Amino acid sequence: MAEITLRNVCKAFGGHSALKDVSLTVPDGAFVVLLGPTGAGKTTTLRVISGLERPDSGQVLIDGEDVASLSPAQRNVAMVFQQYSLYPHMSVRDNLAFPLKSPILRTPAAEIVRKVGEVADILQITHKLDNRATELSGGEMQRVSIGRALVRNPRIYLMDEPLSSLDAKLRSDLRIELKRIQADLGATFLYVTHDQIEAMTMATHVGVLDHGTLVQFGSPREIYEDPVSIHAASRLGSPKINILPADLFAGAPEGAAHIGLRPEHMRVKKGTGAKVVRVEHLGDQTRLHLNHKDHAIITLTEAHTPLKQGDDVAVVLHDPLYFDANGDRIK
Amino acid sequence: MSGFSVNEPSRRMKWFAGILVVFYALVTLMPLLWIIATGFKSPADSIAYPPKVIFRPTLEGYVNLFTTQTRITPDMEEGLEPPKNWVEQIVRDKGMVIAGPSRYVQRFMNSVIIGFGSTFLSVFLGTLAAYAFSRFRVPIKDDLLFFILSTRMMPPIAVAIPIFLMFRQLGLSDTHMGMILLYTAVNLSLSVWLLKGFIDEIPLEYEEAALIDGYTRFQAFYKVVLPQAMTGIASTAIFCLIFAWNEYAFAVLLTSGEAQTAPPFIPTIIGVGGQDWPAVAAGASIFLLPVMVITILLRKHLLRGITFGAVRK
Repeated sequence: MAEITLRNVCKAFGGHSALKDVSLTVPDGAFVVLLGPTGAGKTTTLRVISGLERPDSGQVLIDGEDVASLSPAQRNVAMVFQQYSLYPHMSVRDNLAFPLKSPILRTPAAEIVRKVGEVADILQITHKLDNRATELSGGEMQRVSIGRALVRNPRIYLMDEPLSSLDAKLRSDLRIELKRIQADLGATFLYVTHDQIEAMTMATHVGVLDHGTLVQFGSPREIYEDPVSIHAASRLGSPKINILPADLFAGAPEGAAHIGLRPEHMRVKKGTGAKVVRVEHLGDQTRLHLNHKDHAIITLTEAHTPLKQGDDVAVVLHDPLYFDANGDRIK
Repeated sequence: MSGFSVNEPSRRMKWFAGILVVFYALVTLMPLLWIIATGFKSPADSIAYPPKVIFRPTLEGYVNLFTTQTRITPDMEEGLEPPKNWVEQIVRDKGMVIAGPSRYVQRFMNSVIIGFGSTFLSVFLGTLAAYAFSRFRVPIKDDLLFFILSTRMMPPIAVAIPIFLMFRQLGLSDTHMGMILLYTAVNLSLSVWLLKGFIDEIPLEYEEAALIDGYTRFQAFYKVVLPQAMTGIASTAIFCLIFAWNEYAFAVLLTSGEAQTAPPFIPTIIGVGGQDWPAVAAGASIFLLPVMVITILLRKHLLRGITFGAVRK
């Protein structure tokens, strides 16, 4: 395993700039999650590290060594693509064995059998090993595709939303499994996801990308509690952070244009000022949709709240987040 | 439950379609069946009028095709041994003896060498070029592709005279190499365009995955792209083979002996007292076999190949 460093990496496609001066260090043994909307540069970051794309400027370092002149194979990285890219002309077993048979690894046959069996076990696809790759369901294909990365012992695992096409049960199983692999092997992961639970539970570090720029890098807790901008704040949290004009509430600091409210920043009590629009009982929690001076607010309340549609309530703030007109945080 | 279905044609439609297909097959297969039948007729039956549909089959045409014969002269008659086998018997019945093998086998082998050689070259070069056009940023790619296609825009025979002179100058006249190069040049445009279409359809992700899995670009091409392009390669090969195998005009013009292919040779089979139609038909029948067998062997690939790319997954 290894430490990966991006130093001032820029990459443009045509006129469109996909990465702008990105500097980022994935520490050895870390599980770094990249967050950001579509087109923010998450996938491009993975492709630049893997060597599938050449950065226009800047350096990629693996363990301090500049890898610009190395081919993807020589970089010894494993990558799981967003669209499962199983070799359709091979069986599942051959797909899993393919990286091990590469001229770079040249694994002995007995070792291949052992590793493929082991990974198939973890991913619960042992019964499908002799199927053709094209005969699998979407979820099974994605598992094989993850397995093709896991059979190896690369310097870093690059994963591009690997769990997004799986059902909820399998997703949570694999989440735990990936975390276990990372902990057991001390493996380094760079992982792209949209899923908050994946980000919060697996990540040791989270990087937030916006239009090709790395806007914040820190622990999941830091990103959640101490975001640098509206953009970073919006990446985590369910329900999503409520962004309202700052003058809606008293006590906004100088220059504040927006106020950011997560459920823990608000208490809803009897009073006036807001109306309950809808009450969503989700089982373990209840979502409250409020209308506060013609602005929608979504928050959480206790599971068995007596509140119902049309009730008048008051919203009391507790240490909310303030942002200026550009969306940057004001502390 | 029976009822109207959008997808399932009605019983009557199926019958109608069946009859139509059988009728069409009969019309198109008739010349083929007639040639095969003629190969088994005696020379007299083959030119009988009205044509004979029912006849006594004989292998005389095939024997004439594979042998050269001389008439038995009176002074030969004494020393003549009795015929050793049925082939000699057939010849002896006509008052002839076998003088030696004919040149048909050699001409047929020329067709095999030139047909398969040029097909291999066309597909080999075509695959490499198509891969490059499909995957790499080639300067003036569109112009190059148009240029390649433009070589097909006139009938090849229009350039017959320049090619004839060029072959003379280069010493390629009547050589296997010359014919292989010529047919490859003609087929290459078809091969590049067809194969580019097939390779375009193979997602880039497979190669990228292979690159990351520890393979070089060429290994990724060889192990991942080629197997998936097999369908396209098979159908392209058939198209190339059919052209090279059947080509007549250039073969007449540029070959006469050493490298002559079967198509110009077959009509030159002259029998005693006029064209030996059964021998010509026999030669044509045998000549049909290789392409037929290969097409049947590859028909699964071929059908998939022709419809490949028509449906977006």
